[in-house]
Amino acid sequence: MQAGYATDEMMTVTAARLVADGVCFVGIGLPSLAANLARHTHAPNCVLIYESGTIGAKPNQPPLSIGDGELAQTADFVVSVPEMFAYWLQGGHIDVAFLGAAQIDRFGNLNSTVIGDYERPSVRLPGAGGAPEIARSCRNVVVILRHSPRSFVTSLDFVSSPGDHVTTVITDLGILEPDVDTRELMLSALYPGRTVEEARDATGWPLRVAADLQDVKPPSDEELDALRRLTAMVPA
Amino acid sequence: MPEITTLAEAVEEFVGDGNTVALEGFTHLIPHAAGHELIRQRRRDLTLIRMTPDVIYDQLIGVGAARKLVFSWGGNPGVGSLPRFRDAIEHGWPGALEIEEHSHAGMAAAWAAGAANLPFGILRGYVGTDLASRTRVATVTCPFTGEELAAVPAHRPDVGIVHAQQADRAGNVQLWGIIGIQKEVVLASSRTIVTVEEIVERLEPRPGGVLLPAFVVDAVCAVPGGAHPSYAHGYYERDNDFYVRWSSISRDRKRFTEWVDRHIYATSDFGDYRRLLGT
Repeated sequence: MQAGYATDEMMTVTAARLVADGVCFVGIGLPSLAANLARHTHAPNCVLIYESGTIGAKPNQPPLSIGDGELAQTADFVVSVPEMFAYWLQGGHIDVAFLGAAQIDRFGNLNSTVIGDYERPSVRLPGAGGAPEIARSCRNVVVILRHSPRSFVTSLDFVSSPGDHVTTVITDLGILEPDVDTRELMLSALYPGRTVEEARDATGWPLRVAADLQDVKPPSDEELDALRRLTAMVPA
Repeated sequence: MPEITTLAEAVEEFVGDGNTVALEGFTHLIPHAAGHELIRQRRRDLTLIRMTPDVIYDQLIGVGAARKLVFSWGGNPGVGSLPRFRDAIEHGWPGALEIEEHSHAGMAAAWAAGAANLPFGILRGYVGTDLASRTRVATVTCPFTGEELAAVPAHRPDVGIVHAQQADRAGNVQLWGIIGIQKEVVLASSRTIVTVEEIVERLEPRPGGVLLPAFVVDAVCAVPGGAHPSYAHGYYERDNDFYVRWSSISRDRKRFTEWVDRHIYATSDFGDYRRLLGT
């Protein structure tokens, strides 16, 4: 952690910067916070879609679940679940979507299903949910996952969603992006104070580094103020 | 015409051991009271369908009511995992639980197909995943373009159970807010039970609301607060504290069993349970 802000705040701000004035498919937790931060700062016209069916949600406080009443009350309109997945997601209207997972491999494939054997797993995770089709239907897929050798693995225990539309991976150390030719994820940017060695140590495969490795700009005062106003409203 | 009856009588009449049962609700209007009544009447060998099995399915699985679960995301939304669901799959407690696992889009297509009286639903889905080899999904070729698409078998449960805000005395039902998958569940099921917050003289049309006409409903039961700890838009908020507390109640087999004994088996109905809970 840097003086003045927490790693979580750096991650959230980094995610928010990827949200433009387009259509954003939002999951709960950090992605929801990031999308709403974007809405309160540089992307006031972004349209937030939560998979519960709320389109154009403008929650005053960050929701605990993707189906909070606040989302329906503030949405431009609400659709059924089949309509959400068939017309809006499969229909190709989403610019950017956020996904989380337990594991990622070097090609951005994600595991959110099991750790260990599928039939008798050591850890049964919630499952793929919307991820398999989100991962293929959105123009930009952003993965948010803390860097660790247990999460960044050479081989997934289960492929819950494919990585071919993953454009960015945001970790607690920096950013990974796929190589244009090979699609292999490479370290493309680091947060202030973080090092290539840290990223390599926290990656289960031999992590390649982009030739033009960038420095992520620390959160601005405006970004931090807006983020903290939002998090102050999160229900305990 | 649906019967206007008590939840206990509706479950007694319409839900049998070994049935395929869906209690749906996408974070909103989750039919908790009906789930409790299935537990109270000790239904067994159920095949349970739901996109997002959460706390009420954790309870049904933990008491051993389910033989099989068909689902796409099993967790405690915004909190974490479901301890009883995990224990059943990881350790076979209290008994083996067969699973059939889909994506949300696959489940949605299966429900829409069921409602449309079609044998299967079609989507661009499951591509590049291990789910495809682990679940009931096949590939069909579009006869017009040659495109390969995923096919999922339609959901056609014996019993569909949903919660709604209101019904009238004729048994017409209206729900609004996040409308989820409830209409499809009711239309896809052989028999349907709807619990409602209240029975009113006349339904006022709501913007974006869903009307389920009396001729697709078999039983209507007034159960105020029947979605708790989920919420009913316009009636009460989600009890987020309960969802957080559930993690610790459910983590331990003994504590879970004691909780169910005291809160479900020893209570006469959902109203009695809510009085005990103090909500």
